[in-house]
Amino acid sequence: MTARIYVPGDAAAVALGADRVAKAFEEAFRARGLDVQITRNGSRGMHWLEPMVEVVTSAGRIAYGPVKARDVPGLLDAGFLDGKGHELRLGDPEEIPFFKRQQRFTFARCGLIDPISLDEYRANGGYKGLERAIALGGPATVEEVFESGLRGRGGAGFPTGIKWRTVGQTPPQQKYIVCNADEGDSGTFADRMIMEGDPFTLIEGMTIAGIGVGATKGYVYCRSEYPHAIKAMNAAIKVARKAGYLGQRVAGSDYDFDMEVREGAGAYVCGEETSLLESIEGKRGLVRAKPPLPAHKGLFGRPTVINNVVSLCSVPFILANGAKTYADVGFGRSRGTMPIQLAGNVKHGGLFEIAFGITLGELLEDVAGGTFTGKPIRAVQVGGPLGAYLPRHQFDTPFDYEAFTKIDALIGHGGVVIFDEDVDMARMARFAMEFCAVESCGKCTPCRIGSTRGVETLDKVIAGQDRERNLQVVEDLCHTMKLGSLCALGGFTPYPVMSAITHFPEDFGRGHLSVAAE
Amino acid sequence: MSSGYAVIGEARGRHEAWSPARGSEIIADHLAMEGATLPILHAMQETFGYVPQDAVPLIADALNLSRAEVHGSMTFYHDFRNEPAGKHIVKVCVAEACQAAGGNATSERIAKALDCAFGETRPDGQVTLEPIYCLGLCSCAPSAMVNGRLVGRLDDEAVDEIAAECRS
Repeated sequence: MTARIYVPGDAAAVALGADRVAKAFEEAFRARGLDVQITRNGSRGMHWLEPMVEVVTSAGRIAYGPVKARDVPGLLDAGFLDGKGHELRLGDPEEIPFFKRQQRFTFARCGLIDPISLDEYRANGGYKGLERAIALGGPATVEEVFESGLRGRGGAGFPTGIKWRTVGQTPPQQKYIVCNADEGDSGTFADRMIMEGDPFTLIEGMTIAGIGVGATKGYVYCRSEYPHAIKAMNAAIKVARKAGYLGQRVAGSDYDFDMEVREGAGAYVCGEETSLLESIEGKRGLVRAKPPLPAHKGLFGRPTVINNVVSLCSVPFILANGAKTYADVGFGRSRGTMPIQLAGNVKHGGLFEIAFGITLGELLEDVAGGTFTGKPIRAVQVGGPLGAYLPRHQFDTPFDYEAFTKIDALIGHGGVVIFDEDVDMARMARFAMEFCAVESCGKCTPCRIGSTRGVETLDKVIAGQDRERNLQVVEDLCHTMKLGSLCALGGFTPYPVMSAITHFPEDFGRGHLSVAAE
Repeated sequence: MSSGYAVIGEARGRHEAWSPARGSEIIADHLAMEGATLPILHAMQETFGYVPQDAVPLIADALNLSRAEVHGSMTFYHDFRNEPAGKHIVKVCVAEACQAAGGNATSERIAKALDCAFGETRPDGQVTLEPIYCLGLCSCAPSAMVNGRLVGRLDDEAVDEIAAECRS
């Protein structure tokens, strides 16, 4: 039997040298005359251990990491192919505490299988959800998703089943399934990881959505910053089409569904659903006013389901295992699991999928292990550039849509960016405004002008110029942006700005004064 | 020998010189698509290294759009260039997660090592340095993309390597 090893092809692993490691193994195997298959899998999500190489042994898979290309000869000498001892040996990857503690519903196969092997996908539960959807038919499939309590994982948390119902109830015509893979939030990479590590899950999820609402065409709008994800998705779509899982009469059923990937072009605002639709249509990514809802008039004016990658990737599990299994875990009205992404100044960074309800403090201290600099955590930003900065005294907040709303924060797409005590929160508040100014689509005034004035006014505050009065101006601006903007870019930029001012006032233009006063 | 999906971005393809015939060919390849504008602009940039001004009226004609609409789309998106970039393209992430991991200092070091300001192409055409908002490598920050190749956990050694690569 040919021996087999796994070297992640995930972009994070690649950024840490996985391609070089794979090449070093290939050369070493050739030089030693060994017949070993190298599979470029997705990442298990323990990024501080990447590149994490796994070898298949009689005792199961054994992981080693972080492996550098120069470690390869030593590993082979130490009996790596038999899973023997070495200082980089981690043992069974699924027994590593960070991994073991998770509830991997959506990411179950990510890192486990060859991402573009349909056989391995099916051998690990893939396409069971589609089978059931075909058996249930459209309306019952939609109800199943509704019953699961799944809410949009892109950030808004809107019930997925309601979106699907709305599209399903429109008269038969050309309808679309659009997947929002424009994952622009800093601190998030769940969409990227699953597209790279288990692309068939997204294909299956979109196919089920198509059956559910009567749509025959799907688009994945993926940001151009994710070339690996685009490549993996395109490869998987080709395989699925060839095997009859896409195209006419999907999997031998009476349903037709096909899909393609569209590449974004570096505009953050295109993660906003209506801007994204404009972009697929080939236009400037200007946000549309709602109504009409995309569910009624979406892509090319047709009824459209537009969902985030993780939302759609949660669907195969829900169909395969039943809505109840999914809804049985969670917290309050947040049902199921959330892939939480631990990022920034973090010791154990990566992807951690768990049922809603875990507190921020548990995540930061127990799971993430604090900062990599070893300094105390001062603030975390949850939910991307539009999410609030939270101070230590809010770390007892459970991960739950409503609990976060209660403290003027949002969980967004589940990204948690950790900052140590060296962070200058005034600089971060200014950056939030600056980012909004750079990325604003320009359609509405509060966002376009407000963000620019926000940067200027915060500069004055930071310079200690008329501090109180200028902070009042910033607050007024934030109020206007929050209530007057057309979409979440202008509407949510006030969250990071105001939370920084509220929780860390000492960083705003008082530095010089307080030093002088002492 | 190896399965999974293959390596990306190691080799940088050379760009072709603009010709209306080649431009029209690219457009023709995409005409069957719904909403072909962005795919065509991407293909133009991939082929020529930028989107030549002369391509705009060709695209407009083929898609039955006004030049203003095509120009508008092209200029809305950060990705599309209206002139060739430097020989090497370095994109450094400047978003929050990278800032949390010391990215501001790293960005400054890279700008200094490359002798190039952000958003600019060095006068000798050797390198273009651009800020980018997130590569999705937030758990191994700070990060950059150098000629299409991803680099995580940027330290002094990595910055030196990038600078050396951009001298070649």
